Amino acid sequence: MNYYTDNKDIAFQLQHPLMRKIVELKEKNFADKGKYPHAFLDVDDALDSYDKVLAILGEICGDILAPHAEAIDHEGPQVVDGRVKYATHTQQNHDALTQAGLYGMSLPREYDGLNFTMVPYVMAAEIVSRADAGFANIWGLQDCAETIHEFASKEIKEEFLPRINKGDTCSMDLTEPDAGSDLQAVMLKAEWNEQKGMWLLNGVKRFITNGDAEIKLVLARSEEGTTDARGLSYFIYAKEWGGVRVRRIENKLGIKGSPTAELVFTNAPAKLVGERKLGLIKYVMSLMNGARLGVGAQSVGLSEGAYREALKYAHERMQFGKTIVNFPAVYEMLAVIKAKLQASRALLYETARFVDLYKAYGLITEDRKLTPEERSEQKNYQKLADAFTPLLKLFASEYANQNAYDSLQIHGGSGFMKDYPIERMYRDARILTIYEGTSQLQVVAAIRAVTTGAYLNRIREYEKMPLRAEHEQLRKVLITMAEQYEKAVEMVTDKNDGEQFDFHARRLVEMAGHIVMGYLLLLDAQRSDSFEHSAAVYITRGKVWNDERFNFIANFVPDHLGAYSVMKETKAE
Amino acid sequence: MNSLKIVVLAKQVPDTRNVGKNAMKEDGTVNRAALPAIFNPEDLNALEQALRLKDRFIGSTIQLLTMGPGRAADIIREGLFRGADGGVLLTDRKFAGADTLATSYALAQALRKMQPDVIIAGRQAIDGDTAQVGPQVAEKLRWPQVTYAEEIVSYDGKEMVVKRRLERGVETVAAALPLVITVHGSAPACRPRHAKQLMKYKHAKTLTEIQEAGADYYEELQNIDYLRIPEWGVTDVGGEEAQYGLSGSPTKVKKIENIVFQAKESKKLTAADTDIDDLMKELMANHTIG
Repeated sequence: MNYYTDNKDIAFQLQHPLMRKIVELKEKNFADKGKYPHAFLDVDDALDSYDKVLAILGEICGDILAPHAEAIDHEGPQVVDGRVKYATHTQQNHDALTQAGLYGMSLPREYDGLNFTMVPYVMAAEIVSRADAGFANIWGLQDCAETIHEFASKEIKEEFLPRINKGDTCSMDLTEPDAGSDLQAVMLKAEWNEQKGMWLLNGVKRFITNGDAEIKLVLARSEEGTTDARGLSYFIYAKEWGGVRVRRIENKLGIKGSPTAELVFTNAPAKLVGERKLGLIKYVMSLMNGARLGVGAQSVGLSEGAYREALKYAHERMQFGKTIVNFPAVYEMLAVIKAKLQASRALLYETARFVDLYKAYGLITEDRKLTPEERSEQKNYQKLADAFTPLLKLFASEYANQNAYDSLQIHGGSGFMKDYPIERMYRDARILTIYEGTSQLQVVAAIRAVTTGAYLNRIREYEKMPLRAEHEQLRKVLITMAEQYEKAVEMVTDKNDGEQFDFHARRLVEMAGHIVMGYLLLLDAQRSDSFEHSAAVYITRGKVWNDERFNFIANFVPDHLGAYSVMKETKAE
Repeated sequence: MNSLKIVVLAKQVPDTRNVGKNAMKEDGTVNRAALPAIFNPEDLNALEQALRLKDRFIGSTIQLLTMGPGRAADIIREGLFRGADGGVLLTDRKFAGADTLATSYALAQALRKMQPDVIIAGRQAIDGDTAQVGPQVAEKLRWPQVTYAEEIVSYDGKEMVVKRRLERGVETVAAALPLVITVHGSAPACRPRHAKQLMKYKHAKTLTEIQEAGADYYEELQNIDYLRIPEWGVTDVGGEEAQYGLSGSPTKVKKIENIVFQAKESKKLTAADTDIDDLMKELMANHTIG
């Protein structure tokens, strides 16, 4: 089995018209050509290499990772003498991907990376997740390399980055017992030690994914006496420096192969990344955006897996003398699963392209100043990336859960048993709407793009795209939806009531999301028949979903809020 | 240090593991066009053994040697992607129609030219299942051979200690170099293709392929040595022409039969221990198990 070549919808995204520009920018006119034997010769050569390398990954995922997923789910990791020991097959997965050179995919070649753009990297993340969403965390934490590359000094980069490709794993140590969503409350202490010429870390971190990694990025309080974000800095730590003990690992509902550790830091030496006091404000925020894109990919991969399991079962299971896929109640569920899957994938790669474009311009500034046109393009794409990333995280993770739920439902009683993979996928999906910022926090990030008009502006851009005649009817639906959305935003903002605005925020963000994904599916349908049906399903249902939200907002009178806010005074017995 | 010059013998075969209904032609021969061409599975086990030697003995090199039509250059590239250093494609119309004897003659001629310290091959190819070519190559070179290898345990500069997988157990033997080893499918699977090796070597081509590509070929790559896969024909490897191809092949196919496996009569057993015991003994006696 090859999880890349068996899914044409992924390779389709490599053919997107913007890819040529993305590759050209990232490769800086193919400056590495001749310097590295594996550097690309031109855009076509790059796209061909993306395709072929993803085929290596797809084969490993289909032949090694996927068959291991069940055993890993049962065995799980353990703590032995203050260290994490992976499940047997987790280690084998990691070794296979290391042997194939699939760590450090987006790092520059000078640090032993593959210099891939975000789009193929995100594809890889999606494919790994389809095979085993839990393992995807261990593989995906190579994201940390991006942060090191972007913000750390040359010495730190040279010391740490080449280790990624050799198979050293990473962790990002942010959460503490009293600092979850509110990271300003981080207490882990960092003190400069003149004698050692290093910072020393003391304190506790909790819920740390892959917590016993070889390389850690640690958020810690470097400014004594402070209590807010401005006292936090970012540090890098290598396992061989000692001073960090794994106290325990969590017993979780899902993604059981991914060890979630509680760590005790006792005079653990560390080096400062970037500048003091910018830890949370700048570096973690950047890391978080990357991680949210990662969870988007993880969610789409899981959706793909859930969809395939449902489709297979529905065609195999006989009831009342026919396979159950013949019943409208079942094929409707399948069509909706597929529409949500393809919609969230379209949003995933649209977001990845925006990230690619603004980051590529950022890399160019290392060598020369950008022209005014380039600068404004960079700014534009950065804004779009900021607007689309929380939208992606919100929708992809919620859809992964809805799809796993419906897929299990199609399996009936069998789905509830441990005999089919959907049971594991259903549990694995649950964390996706929670970590790297809950869905509720994604709304807080996304609502800005509602009020600034960033979503509406983009929707207007999509509106202008040429369509085939048979798609005009769907465009008309989307245009009506955009008008309705605009009205809903006005209704909510006109009230000048902060509490009500927050109360309706998710409804507004979701309305925007349905329109955006509707357009993306419609645009993809111009270039491939694979999206035709999903565009029709998604847009017609999106219209109904938006009507419901609009009606709720339109019929809402301020007094209604009390029926909800009363919960503030209602306490558990 | 004990660096080694290793040659891995590899064959491109039709993928007989996934046989569809078009797999055989009406005359009972393999329909090669209907089956994807793959790297013979046990040759991949052999390549992994070679790569492990290369990992252990710094400075070692691996060359692949394959005989076949032009498209068999894929086998060389596949080996390069997984960590080999180069390869030779033995290709010539005069090699066509070779049975195992003529094949091993051609391979032996090429190997004399390549002068390796150790030759590693898969035990057998899935299209013929003869397991003859490795041993015949050893005989032609008058080198010792270790067949059915599962693991190369050690190498001290003169001798290799090899673990063999036999029907009834394992056997560990030592043999002096130069040496031919054939590797059994129970040996570790080959490591995956490496992303950077793939990007480096995907442009490796034979001269024939470069000519076929025409304007699609990147001219700037023309003078990069490691991107040229040598093609050797009869004139390159010498020897007696009569020993090659059809004329060098004494094997004559007398008849081809289509065998359809059918379930034989069934046997009823009670749950009694004696019945189970008897069945176990019977299965062990006819080598079904044990």
